[in-house]
Amino acid sequence: MKNLKKTTDALEKSMNAVFTFCGFLAVAFVLVITVFLVISGIPAIGEIGITDFLFGRVWASTAAEPRYGILPFILTSVYGTAGAIVIGVPIGLMCAVYLAKMSGGRSAGIVRTAVDLLSGIPSVVYGLLGMIIIVPLVRKVFDLPDGANLFSAIIVLAVMILPSVISVSETAIKAVPKEYEEASLALGATKTETVFKVVVPAAKSGILTAVVLGIGRAIGEAMAVMMVAGNVANMPSLFQSVRFLTTAVASEMSYSSGLQRQALFSIALVLFVFIMIINLILNFVVKRGESDE
Amino acid sequence: MKKFITTLLAVGISAAALAGCGGTTDSATQTVSTDGSTSMEKVIGYLSEAYMSENGGTKITYNPTGSGAGIQAVSEGRCDIGLSSRDLKPEEAETLDAEVIAIDGIAIIVNPQNPVSDLTIEQIGKLYKGEIANWSAVGGSDAPVVLIGREAASGTRDGFESITGTEDACKYTQELTSTGDVVQTVSTNPNAIGYASLASVNDSVKLLSVEGVTPSTETIQNGTYKIQRDFVFVTPKNKGLSEAARAFMDYASSAAADEMIEKAGAVPVKR
Repeated sequence: MKNLKKTTDALEKSMNAVFTFCGFLAVAFVLVITVFLVISGIPAIGEIGITDFLFGRVWASTAAEPRYGILPFILTSVYGTAGAIVIGVPIGLMCAVYLAKMSGGRSAGIVRTAVDLLSGIPSVVYGLLGMIIIVPLVRKVFDLPDGANLFSAIIVLAVMILPSVISVSETAIKAVPKEYEEASLALGATKTETVFKVVVPAAKSGILTAVVLGIGRAIGEAMAVMMVAGNVANMPSLFQSVRFLTTAVASEMSYSSGLQRQALFSIALVLFVFIMIINLILNFVVKRGESDE
Repeated sequence: MKKFITTLLAVGISAAALAGCGGTTDSATQTVSTDGSTSMEKVIGYLSEAYMSENGGTKITYNPTGSGAGIQAVSEGRCDIGLSSRDLKPEEAETLDAEVIAIDGIAIIVNPQNPVSDLTIEQIGKLYKGEIANWSAVGGSDAPVVLIGREAASGTRDGFESITGTEDACKYTQELTSTGDVVQTVSTNPNAIGYASLASVNDSVKLLSVEGVTPSTETIQNGTYKIQRDFVFVTPKNKGLSEAARAFMDYASSAAADEMIEKAGAVPVKR
């Protein structure tokens, strides 16, 4: 008996150590990435000058006189993400309302499975479909010389953020107490009025979380936008070829050297800072949502 | 949130992977490491496969990083042979030797619907600099020109721009990261023009002749097709090559390798 207890104790202790180690491993990864990005990203910013780097309008990394201005990339990422949110969030929200409130058991199951599948599709597949279907379609519909532009990227990103927006908002909507809804219906409000004036406002912190998650997903996406956005470092405009922060790093990294390579790390650092800010906002939103309740 | 971290991690890891290039020699099997131009992937693939099937004791590795990275890797001793699809710059030639293994023709491609079938180098330069913005100016239909190119520092882009005199002046509509993407995009846009290694061109696009010369093995070898560049093996000047690397170099520059180079879609050097 004593022996058995001893071995159990030893097992408990060693497993405890393993769990703790794995827990701290995640922290270690974050720290290593942060330190690595800061160390490799700062020198180029110092050399180029922070205003020239962040607010320079020309990126010509391989020219005889290289210019390293990333304002076009920053604005493209911001506009692209905003566009994806403007298109994707209303669709996702209404899909979530359908799933949570309107649908019967069977059809909801089908829609939910489809949404789950959508989240599992690799981004390169989105990119490929965008390149083969959306880009030529945008070219024809808007009668443009070329369809690889910010608009195509926004469409692809809007589809890509749907799964996270839908699943998080659905959970939020389902968490709204049934009594709110029943009270609204009893007062004579229609179902639509109830959804938009009672349920959605009550679930707003969860929906906000969904939006922030969507922003994060959109701003971090590289592969799919690389295939549909055209990748020319223009200042962003809806029907022009543009380059995102992510694609700026990805498209030049494999060939780069010297200051160009360091500047790419600096772009990655800027992207990292953006994502950290989004994370902080997310934490803030979630915390505030909890204290509301 | 995890997704963003994963993305960053992936970027970091791939950067690390791309930077690495093993140059170790095993006692049982000898390894010849090559590193560099992504345009040379097919050529080096065919050559190493043929060589390894004849010489079981040698293993040839290839790390597709790009011409610049390959030259840097060989100068730092991180690989045996650097692969470059451009000629060495003067400062690089001080410490490195270059041997031309094959020639690559850069094909100018348009959509099959485009009536244009021949352009001069001057016209191509003007098209890419945006000075000619409509196909009608070069004998095509009245439609805007869509310029498809490669990302900055691609070997093909470097070769194309230096030959056509359009360095840093191209007004690209799209900068794509692979030859396959260029061919794909040109094949779906009736107004597009692009450039790609002759080896990668397929039937989905129309091959243009340049100054009346159609790109082919013969016209590239005798130099009449102007838009061409060398595929170069780069080795350190001062340091001797390993025995295995020397043997592979000898094979690659021998007549026996010509067939493999042709299979890979490049053009052998005329001896």
